[in-house]
Amino acid sequence: MNERSFPKINQIIDIWERKVSNLIPILQEVQKEYRYLPEEVLTYVATALGMPLATVFGVATFYAQFSLEPKGKYIVKICDGTACHVRGSEVVDYIIRKKLDLSEGQDTTDDLSFTVERVACIGCCGLAPVITINDQEVYGQLTTEAAEIVVEDLLKRNAAGEVH
Amino acid sequence: MSTLTIDGQSVEIGNEQNLLELVRKAGINLPTFCYHSDLSIYGACRMCMVEDQKLGLVAACSTPPTPGMVVRTNTDRTRKIRRMILELLLANHDRDCTTCERSGRCKLQTLAQEQGIDRARFGVREVVVPVDAASPSVIRNPNKCILCGDCVRMCREIQGVGVLDFAFRGSQTVVGPAFGKPLTEVDCINCGQCIAVCPTAALTVKREIEQVWKALNDPKKTVIVQVAPAVRIALTEEFGGKPGQISTGKMAAGLRRLGFAKVFDTVFTADLTAVEETNEFVGRLTSGERLPQFTSCCPGWVKFCEQFYPELLPNLSSCKSPQQMLGSIAKRFYASELGVAPEDLFVVSVMPCAAKKFEAQRPEFTYDGTREVDAVISTTELAQFFKQDGIIFDQLEEEAFDQPFGLVSGAGVIFGVSGGVTEAAVRTAAGMLGVNPGQVEYNELRGPEGVRSARVKLGDLEVRLAIVSGLANTVKLIEAIKAGTESYDLIEVMACPSGCIGGGGQPYPNDREARRLREAGIFRVDRISQFRNPLDNLAVQKVYEQWLDGHGSHTCHDALHTNYSPRRRIDGKEIRVTLAPLEKPIEVSVCVGTGCYLRGAYDVLAKFHELSERDDVSGYVNLKATFCLEKCDQGVNIKVGDRIISGVSSANAEEVFDREVAAQLVK
Repeated sequence: MNERSFPKINQIIDIWERKVSNLIPILQEVQKEYRYLPEEVLTYVATALGMPLATVFGVATFYAQFSLEPKGKYIVKICDGTACHVRGSEVVDYIIRKKLDLSEGQDTTDDLSFTVERVACIGCCGLAPVITINDQEVYGQLTTEAAEIVVEDLLKRNAAGEVH
Repeated sequence: MSTLTIDGQSVEIGNEQNLLELVRKAGINLPTFCYHSDLSIYGACRMCMVEDQKLGLVAACSTPPTPGMVVRTNTDRTRKIRRMILELLLANHDRDCTTCERSGRCKLQTLAQEQGIDRARFGVREVVVPVDAASPSVIRNPNKCILCGDCVRMCREIQGVGVLDFAFRGSQTVVGPAFGKPLTEVDCINCGQCIAVCPTAALTVKREIEQVWKALNDPKKTVIVQVAPAVRIALTEEFGGKPGQISTGKMAAGLRRLGFAKVFDTVFTADLTAVEETNEFVGRLTSGERLPQFTSCCPGWVKFCEQFYPELLPNLSSCKSPQQMLGSIAKRFYASELGVAPEDLFVVSVMPCAAKKFEAQRPEFTYDGTREVDAVISTTELAQFFKQDGIIFDQLEEEAFDQPFGLVSGAGVIFGVSGGVTEAAVRTAAGMLGVNPGQVEYNELRGPEGVRSARVKLGDLEVRLAIVSGLANTVKLIEAIKAGTESYDLIEVMACPSGCIGGGGQPYPNDREARRLREAGIFRVDRISQFRNPLDNLAVQKVYEQWLDGHGSHTCHDALHTNYSPRRRIDGKEIRVTLAPLEKPIEVSVCVGTGCYLRGAYDVLAKFHELSERDDVSGYVNLKATFCLEKCDQGVNIKVGDRIISGVSSANAEEVFDREVAAQLVK
């Protein structure tokens, strides 16, 4: 885990004026720091805002954007909207998970490098099937071979210690 | 005069905030799950849908009444909607009604019957989630939860705790503590008010009946029982009676039939508590120390204070609660009079309360390696006890309590209602000081409000009293005292609204109306008591002479008093701030729990973080933020290795760091 993230939490809480009504932006920024919402950090946020932890937990679990599980450095989103689905997103999904050595039900690799997510529609159906890396790189019209190349490239970048 | 029409009747609009109240005023029983007049309006269950001529279908609970409305409560559409809601709830509900303890008193079951649901169209619940039975007081069974949110609002709005809330979304929605933890690992105070509002058996009192049967059937054990004041005016509700009916005599007879060797009255030790607590109060008034004095007979309030207001713990009365006083005297003195070893004397208490179960298990309340009170059963459990034994309650002939803990005064009885402990203390003080002759009742201390205050003259002395029930009310009162806007000498706190008569172990329905009637019952018992002042209780006097070496003795203190300490609110993991790369690092934790946080723990942590990077220590310090070192009244607390150091601030942080951390490295 990122040890240096904690000192930043108070800055985030202060920027948002320690207001209960700003809980969602606070959680969004905290998640940016840790790449997920650790239990002890949520406890700290609840303490700092003076609100019940159960309520913070309720908000954190209500929205799909928040994750209570650690996420990888690289987040691979596989679009499974209608267009991507009919053009073979399931095969792409299978290949990527297999290459990353993810077992069934597992979304994040053991070394916390990669997370694979299935999302509804990214909005570029013309490129189907499509995946994105960290919401920045977009790969479209994927074939199984192309998917393999993308993952191999990612593995290399990760091994080279590239910080995204 | 503004009126509206409900089912053809013209109804006058008074102070009602919503249509539902008006419909009920018109004598129509509109069904609801999520509406409680004391809680905020949630509008989730949709059972109270009515049809308005202009607005169409609306939920009555969340629609303000406006003049001229023409409302119909029972139409084809509303009937259809109600039935559909019930059918959907039933589909998602663990329908093991035959083995459910709420059966017969379950709102879901009752409404399904009333609306004529004769089959479950939508199948059965397949998902089974674990039941949380870790708490000594409250059992949570999410399989029976209908997500009405009553417990969520009760815990947060009335009790100011908020351990329960909704989590997840859509079909995954659950109500429970944060991170799905058991109630024992969060700041639940065990009051059981969630049980009082739960329409089903999703929240129930933990049962201890089997332990009691086991003790009763064990020839080695001498089993005695004590009964709290608020049980006698609620017990008959379980046998079809009305709230407030007095059943003291039948109850004592029934307990004897069950096989208890002695049947005692907790009111006896309530008298004893009143004497001890008043002595303590008069002492504090004279010395001016540790005022205001807070009462400590309510175990829900005590745990709340330990968790949220540890700095007030010295102000709590050091008296044990009546339940624990009886257990303590029984094990310390009465056992040897009977010729029984303390561990062979099994003390059972019957309480209207869920938190008393927790209190009896506290490590403070043990003697000679055994618990002072071995088992606690609730009012509803006692009724079940009688039923299991085949006792026909109505046919019992009335009997009296046993001596030496059976003679009581009316002042001990009113411990069962909010304000009663204060009134008992005032009666006792008047007796001690020899003032207010002839006055028994103090009506200025009574009333339905959650927060009350009064000034009472005791001769030349005027004491300022506050009475509060419901812990959210208590928080408001404490904050006002801290802000200096209010000032008192004695404050009585009861966690449950209206006091023990509305406790989490009382029969269902446990609502405002039931509590009003039970309160009247308690005052009736007081009025017909032979003695009204604890000082007149000859049996209490005898206990002081025979066993306690008189008032204020060392024995007295040892047997009847205790003290409390700050308590961790949450079981949280530590947060790692720096990770030392070198071997044998020094472990340093800074507490960031609520108490320390409010005293500036974060600044201390930031300072330590900075200091831990200094050249002489860099790489040797494992710095962590931790939740609660349980010395909240002395914060900011830090822990170096196994040692806790209190009173750290950003001003002395560097000095403490040099002395406690850097110096170790030099060695």
